Amino acid sequence: MTGLAGGSELDPRSETYAGLGDWTPELLGAGRVVPVVSAPHPVLSRSGAEVDPTAEETVRLAADLIATMRVSPGCVGLAAPQVGVGARVFAVDVTGHAKAVTVHGTFALCNARVVEATRWKAGREGCMSVPDLTGDVKRASRLVVEATLPGSGELVRLVTDGFEARALQHEIDHCAGLLFLDRVAGAHAIYQRKVYL
Amino acid sequence: MNQLAITVIGRDRPGIVADVAEVLARLGANLTDSTMTRLRGHFAMTLVCVGPAAAEVEAALAPLAADGQLLATVRAVTPDGEIAPAGEPYVMAVHGADRMGIVAAMTRVLADAGGNVTDLSTRLAGSLYVVVAEVDLPPGAADTLAGRLADAAAGLGVEVTLRPAEPDLL
Repeated sequence: MTGLAGGSELDPRSETYAGLGDWTPELLGAGRVVPVVSAPHPVLSRSGAEVDPTAEETVRLAADLIATMRVSPGCVGLAAPQVGVGARVFAVDVTGHAKAVTVHGTFALCNARVVEATRWKAGREGCMSVPDLTGDVKRASRLVVEATLPGSGELVRLVTDGFEARALQHEIDHCAGLLFLDRVAGAHAIYQRKVYL
Repeated sequence: MNQLAITVIGRDRPGIVADVAEVLARLGANLTDSTMTRLRGHFAMTLVCVGPAAAEVEAALAPLAADGQLLATVRAVTPDGEIAPAGEPYVMAVHGADRMGIVAAMTRVLADAGGNVTDLSTRLAGSLYVVVAEVDLPPGAADTLAGRLADAAAGLGVEVTLRPAEPDLL
């Protein structure tokens, strides 16, 4: 992967960069809160299918993911396989998270792929679909992702960093049938999830 | 169902984990949580399994220890009830010149603050001693504890850091 240096258009805070443009989650309509599945459910380990971002079922799925993410405490992202659908669609919202730097608000992406990934950093992750474990995983802290927006089908290139970059990589992995367990840093980098006071 | 705690310690060679796991699988003992590492080159594995009686498992593991290179112990343990609510997860890292009593002194400071060590590794590499501990702390205890750890470390001539290990839910 190449670095991000050398192009001001790749600065995540640059005004010349459109990001999501005029897209808002309201364009999807209201979603339903749907059940989240847990490992070892097989759908979590299957590579999701590419979707038609303008199809009605894709728009409905994206809306459901956002609605479900919003009602799940502490949840900053949810991918279609986590609600039992083997498709390359996910929702992310890291607004207000202490570790977030660049924030694109609430959004959903279809058929997303990582174009550039640099500045790898370790961090401890948990996942709604692996409720009892956490693990140390290295993720790029600078990231460029290409995807299409549900509804409009518009192609977007998102440049982000920090916690939003981590969340995007976690969700893109879900769409490829990968859990954080597949990327854990070593044999002693898996932990029982703590039960908080 | 019996819950058994098994330890296997001894001279390392390829295949010990497979040998032990095969014995357990043959007996219908279901391996649950386990950890294995090498301690100064020695094979060291601790595991909990559920299934047959301790004596049966001990007898089945005996051939593995017959050459005197491995020591296997089997004990019945009481299954844990509900796990008590944990505190705030932190990682304590200590490093410095090796000397007597580093682990004793530093973990005593943790214990006195109500901290519970949930994972611990220590390594001696040349004259460098390293301790890494996962510890659950009572809410709000970290700042005061960090000061006490720094005082203890200064007394031992070693470095200490205490940092949060809070996972991010994604």
